[in-house]
This record gives sequence, structure tokens and C-alpha cells, in this order.
Amino acid sequence: MASESPPGASGAVAGAGANVAAALIGRFQKICGTEHVITHPHDLHAYRSDGLTHFQVMPAVAVLPNSAEEVQAVVRACHAARVPWVARGAGSGLSGGALPVADGVLLVLTRMNRILEVDLDNHLVVVEPGVTNTAVSAVVGPHFFYPPDPSSQTVCTIGGNVAENSGGAHCFKYGFTTNYVLGLDVVLTDGEMVTLGGHGEVDVPGYDLLGAFVGSEGTLGVATRITLRVIPAPEHTRTLVAFFGSVVAASAATSAVVAAGLTPCAIEMMDALSIAASEQMAHAGWPAEAGAALLVEFDGTLADCEAGFAELKAICVDTGSTQIRVARTAAERSVFWKMRKSAFPAAGRISGRYYVQDGVIPRTRLPEVMARVEELGAEHGLKVANVFHAGDGNLHPMVCYAGPDEAARAEKVATLILQACLDAGGSITGEHGVGVDKKGYMPRMFDEPDLAAFQKLRCAFDPDGLANPGKVMPTPRLCGEVPGPNRVHPLEAAGLAERF
Amino acid sequence: MRPVGGRTKTDWGGVGPAAEVELSTRRLGHLVAHNEGDLTAVLEAGVRLTDAQTAFADRGQRLSLDPPNPGGEATIGGVVATADSGPLRHGHGAVRDLILGVRIALPDGTVARAGSNVIKNVAGYDLAKLMCGALGTLGVVTEVTVRLHPLPAHTVTVAARGGDLGTLSQAAAALARLPLQLEALDLRWDGPAAGGALLARSAGRAPAEVAGIAATAAAAQGLEVTVTEDDDATWAEQRSRQRARDGEAVLRVSALPTALAAVLGAAPSGVARAGLGLAWLRIPADAALVRRLRAELAPATCVLLDAPAELRAAVDPWGVDGPAVALARRVKQRFDPAGVCNPGIHVGGI
Repeated sequence: MASESPPGASGAVAGAGANVAAALIGRFQKICGTEHVITHPHDLHAYRSDGLTHFQVMPAVAVLPNSAEEVQAVVRACHAARVPWVARGAGSGLSGGALPVADGVLLVLTRMNRILEVDLDNHLVVVEPGVTNTAVSAVVGPHFFYPPDPSSQTVCTIGGNVAENSGGAHCFKYGFTTNYVLGLDVVLTDGEMVTLGGHGEVDVPGYDLLGAFVGSEGTLGVATRITLRVIPAPEHTRTLVAFFGSVVAASAATSAVVAAGLTPCAIEMMDALSIAASEQMAHAGWPAEAGAALLVEFDGTLADCEAGFAELKAICVDTGSTQIRVARTAAERSVFWKMRKSAFPAAGRISGRYYVQDGVIPRTRLPEVMARVEELGAEHGLKVANVFHAGDGNLHPMVCYAGPDEAARAEKVATLILQACLDAGGSITGEHGVGVDKKGYMPRMFDEPDLAAFQKLRCAFDPDGLANPGKVMPTPRLCGEVPGPNRVHPLEAAGLAERF
Repeated sequence: MRPVGGRTKTDWGGVGPAAEVELSTRRLGHLVAHNEGDLTAVLEAGVRLTDAQTAFADRGQRLSLDPPNPGGEATIGGVVATADSGPLRHGHGAVRDLILGVRIALPDGTVARAGSNVIKNVAGYDLAKLMCGALGTLGVVTEVTVRLHPLPAHTVTVAARGGDLGTLSQAAAALARLPLQLEALDLRWDGPAAGGALLARSAGRAPAEVAGIAATAAAAQGLEVTVTEDDDATWAEQRSRQRARDGEAVLRVSALPTALAAVLGAAPSGVARAGLGLAWLRIPADAALVRRLRAELAPATCVLLDAPAELRAAVDPWGVDGPAVALARRVKQRFDPAGVCNPGIHVGGI
């Protein structure tokens, strides 16, 4: 984690070097215009890291293309020089997925922020990768919306969402980015352009390379044109917050809601520490003595929503909720959500530094794993604030620390929490991605044959290892030649051996 | 080597060399786990879909996948390999949207897992989706983890009949734009003489109210509307029309929803997922007709299904080429360099 040396310029793609980069820079300036090729260290500073700021690497150059053709030309030039490159959107990712490669090229896509097509008759929108997540819902509203809603949605880009398969608070009902991407124009690492999926059609003949690409963290190529499905905005929304004595009690309520066959569009949990922190920013006036808050939202047709909401309230009472507040107005609803969405920035008010984890567990294991998280914090003398997607079992524990001594302990606690998630049959990351941050944990979740199978896919797309090297996979790997069809072995030819 | 499950779709894809070895998933028939509280399940590839659904239904749940299932023999492995889907696709997505994890026996002799057993996970490449529709050409799926949904207590279906395809498809478009969260929205067309129908199914907590809104919207288009709670037969018929009868073939058309009237009008009979632009046309088994329809319906793509081998030899059942096929070939070479798994049957002769 924090102590790890910068990944990247090693192995197959070593030695891009300042000289090669210098030769390339002139080429990039011709392609994109001098003002869109950043080389001065002061200017490059801003691009050293993404949202996971404890990893920082200086690229040789940041290039800001303005069209698919420019992206293609830049990638071709990198391919010819065998220089690695990393695509980057807004840089809001939390796993170091957009961390530059030392002496490599950073392909910044924020200038490509055009909405190319809005076709509501076919429920689709076509965008360039630099368009922000909220801009999509804005352009199709109020009658349609784009469901994936990561907390960073006002700044994060659709290109980044595609790379990370972003989720959000409403994915328990609506699913993830991958469920809404209908097609992609992708520039492969050799500069070839390929369309994955369709231009709005589903089940286009061929392998589901679209499904394999979404969530590949920029390691298979770069998307330059993205076709998204949008859906009719729900007629009605109801939101409540139910307070409980403890996270464990609120977890039991979550399970009861799901067991009743209800499908809220969001089930979000905050513990006492998170509530206290968020209260400083959102001023919702939630009870200070609450052990946990469960924010639950229903949407749908009026009749469906009201019926589900009534059942939900009954379940919260039955499972021991100490108080239920229903949002009566849009303003109240937005205060509820502000409490939830402020949780990460607000954590800064209770601790200058913290590790955020993104582990996932089967929802039914919430009570025991949350008890374990609390125990781990207490054992190591550290505060752990919890705010998470309870419906999905996607935890975001924030392990708070100060100073170098506590940093090591915090890292240990964070690691033990992830191990607890894996022990419960879960995953090391639900929505933040592996990037550089969690690549070291991959062997805890996957065995060698699994990693080798991942590598087969990666090599099919990027045999030279030029796209975002040093990410996802735990150790650098080479692709090697594609094995050819079976050839007759000399021993066979000589009649000394036979196949069976 | 040719992997087989329930043998309900063995004539899909191109005609490859005759298999020297057939690998049956029949004995991989265990429902490994039904994690009721987590709404997930782990199934071996040879589990029959009907058996799995029975087990889930006992606990008030279902796998929201309802492809045509002739004789009830379809297996979950076969559904993954073919990416076949049914009317529930409208509300719940395809198998690619419901699969969480996969175990694959690879041609290099290793067994790899991808994905996970939880409903949210982004660790590693999504090889589970890559297996969906790969027809066993990259390896043999031996086990899958899927997401389940609550089984709705009641469903209500609105059937709106009419003799004008344009009116039917306009009504479908109008319903698709309403915030009804329907679980299915289909069209059926049997030519101008027999006419066709728009079918909308609602589930959830208040299906009758939702169906009422849909019925009003369809009636406003001048269609003859009936509403029923006893709707299983209607949807079974809709599913069965995705498969060919004797002497016929099926063309599965991927179009934009706004092109569906033209697509359905191009054949004597067909069904479609109105919100997704996906149609199944029943056609005479004739190569010239397949070529003509492809030309007529482009840029929509047409995959030939349920066709006799002679027809599949005479006309490419996939009908596509280009950079995506070249990339698919690279994937095939990495996973199955010797061409052992179901060779010759996928796009571009993969």
C-alpha cells in the first residue's frame, strides 16, 4: 500500500526513457497541438496521482487529444516506440488505476466531453469518454435517467466509469455500469479501432468482448465513443432513515427487508462515527445516540412504491428500529443523501488520514463481519468509521490514523478487514477497482490458474503490455508468442513417439 | 471436442469438423448452493434450468432467465454458452447481467475461476461475461454463480391486439417510455391478415395498478385490450415462437427498437422484445432468403438459428466480419491455440 514502490516502467515495457519520450513529444504536438501536450514538471504535478493520493508517479508527458482520430494517432505513436501509456479521465478513482507510468505517456481524455447523440426513442445516449456521469442524466432528464451513480458523479467521467465498471448507491436495484453500456469504439494498443457491442443493439454476433472490456481498468485499450442505455425515470420516490442501536441490528434489518422480497433502490448504512462526522457537514439533526442509520429508498410507480414503503416501515419497527424519519419533501430527501454522500469528506474532520477499503461480503454475513471490523479497530487502538452499501454487502470501512506509527497499524487493520471479507466468501473490491492499491491482494482471492486465464485475455488485446501496465495483476507478466496450431514434433516425425 | 448439455441448441452456430470427443455435462448436475438470504446460487453446468427454478421457487425466488426450453432439457451451462434469453430479459437483463462468477475448464488443462459469489465485484477480468455466448469455444464452463430475484406473488399481463404493425410498434414504444418498470414488453406478429399483439407484464407490489396504466396507454392507440392474471400460457407461447418448427429456421435480429416494425414486417411471423430491439423471425430454411433479409435489414445483424446443417453450410449463420471478429480470433488463439474446443462454429469460423 502506501509504502509500495511505484509500479509501471518495469518488465516488458522498461526503458521508455526520457529520450524516447522527447522524440515522441514532437509527434504528439503535431497530432494534438502544442498547447495540449504537457511536459513542464509544474504542470505535470497535477497528474501525478488519481483520487488515491498516496501513490504518486510523474509521467514523461500528458497528452490531451480532442478526437478519436487524435487518440488513435497518439496510441499508434506509442506503439511504434513501445512506450507505455495510461488513460485518465477526471482522476477521481480510488485504486490508483489512473496512476501514471514513470517516463510513460498519460492520455488525458477530459477534452473529449461531447454528447454525440441523444436518441430517447431508442433509449440511448452516445458520448465521448470525458463526459461526466451527471451530464448524462442531465441531458436525458427529467423523463429518463442513467442509473449508475458513483458518489463522485458530478466530476467523474463516463470513460472512467467504463474502465472501472462503476457502481453507486442505487446499484442494488439497477445494476452497474456494465449493465448499461451497449457499445464502445475502442482504440487497441496497436492503434486499430474496433467496435465492441453495437450502436444500441443487443446480442450483436460474436464474443461478448464488450462485457470483458467494461471494468478492465484501462488495460485492454481506450474507449473513445460510448453508447449508453438510459431508462425512464421513476414516477415516484420514497426515502426514509431508520435508526438502530448498533450496526449489527441494522444489518439484521437489511436482511429482513431483502428476505421479504422487497427491492429498494438503495439500502445504505452509516455507523455512529460516520453519522457524527457527516452531521458536521450536512446538519441533518440525526439523533446523536444512534448506533447506526439505515437510509432506504424505494422508487417505481406510485402504487408499487407506497406498498413497498409501508412494508419496509413495518419491518424496521419489527427489527428494533429506535426511530424512523421519512423524507416528506425533496429538500429533506436531499439532506438525507447529503449525510450519506458527505461521509468520505466528513471523515477528514474526525481524522486527518484514513484508509478506505472496498471489500464485499455476502449480505447475510454482515452482522458477524461488522462485529469483526469493530473488534479489529479496538484491538489495534484505531477508530474505524463505517459507511457502506448494505444491500450489496459492499463495505467501505475508513480506518483512521495519524502519524507514521499509526499508519502501519492502520494498514494492518485494513488488510485484516479485507481478509475477513474473503474469509466470508466475498471480494476484495466491489466498485473501486484493483488498480495498484489492491493488486497485491489478488492472489488472496484468485489462484494461479485464475490469474493465468486473466492474462490470456489481456495478452489477446495488448500483447506488448503497453496499456496501463503494472495494474490489476499482482506481478508483471509477459505475453510471449501466441502458440500456433499443433505441429508435428520431430520425435513424431521420426516415429519415436506418438500422441495419445 | 464438443461440449454438450441438454442438446436443445446443438444446431446453433456454424458447421465445424465432426467432433471426435463429445463432453457431456450431464453428471455435473448439482445445485451446489442456494444462498437464500443473499439471493445467489451456485450451480454446476449440467443442472437443468427447470430443476433449478423449482428449487428456487420453493423458497420464493427465481433465476430471472426464461429462454425457450423445449422438453425442459436446457441446462444452465447451455444457456450460458448460447446466451439465450426470453421475455424476462426486458426487466432483468440477459444471462450476462445475472452471472456473477464462473468456473471454466480450459484447453490447457487448468481450471480457472473468475468473478465471485457476491452480487458486487470488480476484481479481475469479467471472464464470466466472456463465456456468455461463446458456445464453449474458449473452454468448458463447469460451474456458475448467479444472482436471483424474489419470485413475484402476482403478475398481470396486458395483451393489446391489432392488425396494423405500425400501430402495434408505436404502442410498444409508448409503453417503453412510461416509468412502469415492466418485467416484460413483447411484440408478436403473424402478418397483416392474422395481425399481432403487444404484450406487457407487470409484477411487483401493485401489478394490477401498473397494468391498468399500460392498458389505458395501449387502448389510446386504438388497440383491442385484454388484461389477465392467468398469463403463463401467453408467455410460454411467446417463448416457443423463438424456436423453429420443422422445415423452418429462425433469424435472430439485433436492431434498434425503432426498426422493429420493419424487422417484424419482413417475415411471415415473429416475436420481439420491444424495448430491446431484439427479434426472432420464423422463416423458410432458404439461403437466398437469409441473404435477402440481411441486406434488407442492415445495419441490423441477423444470426441464423435452428437451421439444418446444409443451410448453415450454404450461408454463414453469423453474417459478420471485421475488426471485432479479428479481435475475437486473437482471444480464441490465446485460450485455445490448438483449436480443440468446438472449432469452426463461431464467428469467422472460430
